[in-house]
Amino acid sequence: MTSFVLIRLLRASATLAIVLAVAFFVLRLSGDAALETLSIDAPSEALSAFRAHWGLDEPLSSQFISYVRSVLTGDFGRSMRDGRPAAELVAECVPITLAITFPALLLGVALGAPAGVYAALRPGTGFDRCVMLAAVAGFSTPSFVLGLVLVWIFSVSFGWLPSGGATNWRHAVLPILTLAPSGAGTLARFIRNAMLDVLSQEYIRTATAKGVPWRRIVLRHALPNAAIPTVTVMGFMIGQLIAGSVVVESVFSWPGVGRLLAVSVASRDFAVVQCVLLLVTLTMITANMSVDLLYAILDPRMRRERATAR
Amino acid sequence: MNQMNALGLDLRAAAPEIARRLAWSAPLSVRICLVWLAAMAIVAAFADGIMPYDYAAVNLRERLLPPLAFGGDLAHILGTDELGRDELSRIVFSIRVSLFIATGSTLVSACIGTTAGFVAAHFRGRIEQALLALVDFQASMPFLILALAARAFLDDSLPVFIALLGLHGWERYARIIRGLTIGAAGRGYAAAVRQLGAHPLRVYGLHILPNVASTLIIAMSIAFPEVILVESSLSFLGLGVQPPAASLGSLIGFGRDYLVRAPWLVAAPAITISLLTLSVSYLGDRLRDHIDGASR
Repeated sequence: MTSFVLIRLLRASATLAIVLAVAFFVLRLSGDAALETLSIDAPSEALSAFRAHWGLDEPLSSQFISYVRSVLTGDFGRSMRDGRPAAELVAECVPITLAITFPALLLGVALGAPAGVYAALRPGTGFDRCVMLAAVAGFSTPSFVLGLVLVWIFSVSFGWLPSGGATNWRHAVLPILTLAPSGAGTLARFIRNAMLDVLSQEYIRTATAKGVPWRRIVLRHALPNAAIPTVTVMGFMIGQLIAGSVVVESVFSWPGVGRLLAVSVASRDFAVVQCVLLLVTLTMITANMSVDLLYAILDPRMRRERATAR
Repeated sequence: MNQMNALGLDLRAAAPEIARRLAWSAPLSVRICLVWLAAMAIVAAFADGIMPYDYAAVNLRERLLPPLAFGGDLAHILGTDELGRDELSRIVFSIRVSLFIATGSTLVSACIGTTAGFVAAHFRGRIEQALLALVDFQASMPFLILALAARAFLDDSLPVFIALLGLHGWERYARIIRGLTIGAAGRGYAAAVRQLGAHPLRVYGLHILPNVASTLIIAMSIAFPEVILVESSLSFLGLGVQPPAASLGSLIGFGRDYLVRAPWLVAAPAITISLLTLSVSYLGDRLRDHIDGASR
């Protein structure tokens, strides 16, 4: 178990290191931040002063070393646009993003999980087909299409809800409704298949044969076993809490992490982009590792299999 | 069940059976999806002949004309956009662009992933571990975020865009192919060819690849609608296909500013792309269910 955790930790830090390096070099090599931030017409003294101030005139390798050093001490640099610490800017946006992604996740689970379970208990029926069609529609409809349809219905046609901005809870309703279906669809489909898999197992047949009531079989034997593979999907959905709403935030002008990233990429605000990338990677890695550990706790077979496989 | 693959299915035995069932007793929903996809493919292939106007021809006297169903006339069946360009022509052209990008990118990522999977399975050891670390990295990053970040510094040309999207999902192919190849290497036929002195390229290309092709195709059918979604999302954000060219996503992105005055500019491409991704996903879904059923 210790070596299993150690290997996961090593891989996680390797992933972080790759992201750090890729983000740094790719963004630095891609364009001149001085030109992007000031303007093409800026006097050359201003440009060189800007470069000297941000250390852009030093060789790339020494820039990278000092960057890594400061990241390790918790300093992510400052935004080149307004000079504020990048970490502070990003930290401000995180709760704003979570304000739509977390309710959307809950709504997705609340809709998707029961739908998937019920569909699996009635495979092949009209209900099952409708649920699966809805699930496929849920995760295959582009979020911007769904978002614009909702805007058209609720903002343009009826004028019930605002189409953009973030001043009160009414602004959050449409983004949440836009985000939820894809999670619900993914989850419903996954849970249905996991349940069908479990229900075809021999221990379910044994339980049926010895006269255990169906209700009890489903609740005590099938559901817990179907929940194990579902942990993977849930882990991915939780990892997406920070990064999964780039498009939706842009549709609704929601001032969260996704929009911050889009704006910072366009203006080549290195520090902010790197900070967002690292935050996203960190969330995904943490979510993935928690899934792995949870797996090991929930299913002892996995622990032994993984220890021998790697 | 000795041909088990990563999806846990016996594909080789199931394939002809599936094909027969799909062709002769396909449910109505599957047939509708197939017809829609065929229509899209035909539109994409013969776009030049179908487009009533040049997709980029501006006519400022005919700005924002409504579609036929909402009081327009036969000259512009789906109306015109803010520059008087014929909406039908633009949608036809966009279907071609979107399908071309999605097909190209899916093929690129399948090639990258398959090669990586073969390399990992062939060399094992450190090379395999390095590739697996890359796979982990790719799998743990939301692709849209990576593409978004990369899009800002790459140039706007179409080949670069296809290559970028070609990185989508390569790690899944790599995982599947690596697993299957390691399995196949221990089996009779691969060992036999190797004993005969065949070059590794020949073993992988001519003997193992055909045996894993069916799984590869299923994986591609799952990835295809995702690529369409990523492409259209990036184009919607203005970071994908650049004007004067257009994709279904960028049509919606530009039409969005006219949602109140000219909702058809969003409605027509939105319906097209939703039906497209829905039918591909639905078919992939049914295909997997069929294989599941056939192998049980």
